[in-house]
Amino acid sequence: MREDRLIEIAPQYGLRLSSPGLLLAQRRFASTQPVTPADEIAILNNQREKRPTSPHLAIYQPQLTWIASGFNRLTGVALSGVLYGASLLYLLHPVFPAIDSAHLIQLAHDMPIWLKGGVKLLFAIPFTFHTFNGMRHLGWDMGKGLTLKATYASGYTVLAATAVSSIYLAFFV
Amino acid sequence: MIRSTALRSLPSCSAARPVASVAPLAVRSFNASQSRGFAQPAERPAQLKEFKIYRWNPDTPAEKPTLQSYKVDLSQCGPMMLDALIKIKNEVDPTLTFRRSCREGICGSCAMNIDGVNTLACLCRIDKDTSKTSKVYPLPHMYVVKDLVPDLTLFYKQYKSIEPFLKNDNPPAQGEFLQSPEERKKLDGMYECILCACCSTSCPSYWWNQDQYLGPAVLMQAYRWMADSRDSYGADRKEKMQNSMSLYRCHTIFNCARTCPKGLNPAMAIAKMKLEMATESA
Repeated sequence: MREDRLIEIAPQYGLRLSSPGLLLAQRRFASTQPVTPADEIAILNNQREKRPTSPHLAIYQPQLTWIASGFNRLTGVALSGVLYGASLLYLLHPVFPAIDSAHLIQLAHDMPIWLKGGVKLLFAIPFTFHTFNGMRHLGWDMGKGLTLKATYASGYTVLAATAVSSIYLAFFV
Repeated sequence: MIRSTALRSLPSCSAARPVASVAPLAVRSFNASQSRGFAQPAERPAQLKEFKIYRWNPDTPAEKPTLQSYKVDLSQCGPMMLDALIKIKNEVDPTLTFRRSCREGICGSCAMNIDGVNTLACLCRIDKDTSKTSKVYPLPHMYVVKDLVPDLTLFYKQYKSIEPFLKNDNPPAQGEFLQSPEERKKLDGMYECILCACCSTSCPSYWWNQDQYLGPAVLMQAYRWMADSRDSYGADRKEKMQNSMSLYRCHTIFNCARTCPKGLNPAMAIAKMKLEMATESA
């Protein structure tokens, strides 16, 4: 068959007339070369060494699920850290006689009300959140509220309870 | 000679068809562009939307991964993210690399992180709001083979390690294993998993400990075989989970259940497994 005949029938098969050369000779746009299995593994291992890790925490959508879980961990660490730190502080009493309960009570007493409430709020939020969210975790461990819907309902309940109770503890107790 | 070579390379051209006698208009061309015989569709206004796609090329490993920007006219594109990716690959940049196969959410190939959430590109609708850019990353915290293709070798090895098949030393003497409807019902919500790895790679515990922690997808399949009434190795399977890493790195975060494109709940399966292991005497 001649080239002009091929060009004539080409459109029937979806081939563009602008590239009749495609019909006349098989043309490869990528070439391959033989590689031994040992070389293949070497190339693969070389690539594996330099592979980046795909982005994770920074690009993941903020969701109640993992944000609440992260803050549960953070508040737990912070609360126990403050407890240990404040308790150990009393060991410095022989060096700094000002560190005793009487002085600390006086310090809190002399604070203006907004500062006292603010400091209390700073402690109340992690404390109440960790408590309520801990109860949520205990429920899960007993096999309760494990559907996604129940998880979100309990999550928002924990947030609301945290807000109400921490404000109450900070300013009304 | 030329004719036979050239035409054989066209897949749907049967040798028996009399080539010369076919009228040009009666033959369908291979590509899906409209035929000249059809009415012209009404011109739709262009809706250019920007897509930012994670790129990394193993041939130039020293270059850092980048986000490359592409603009796609949504009025000329299918409704799903996978349609946009295929359109970009076909028409703009053939070097863009991603996995895809079934385009209907059953193969799990096109799992990726779209706008911050792990999902299947073929089940994810494009946000029609053209003022927002859509960002596409590979599955999070995985080694990248190229562009949107993560290395799932470890994930599959972990799946293999839980022996995902029926194990029973006393098969019925005759016929097949029988199961009551209630026993069968326990497997619903677990056997449908397509192992796309969306849930495992959404799990922060799996991000930090994937060398030892099995991850939600594999753990749900482990429980799927523990819960199967036909399997007699339940105690053995649970014994393998009795260490601090394989199972107990699950902190009930629920990212897995939130992200599963098939609507399954691995967190619930893992919690049930923990509860059974805690309450059943070994």
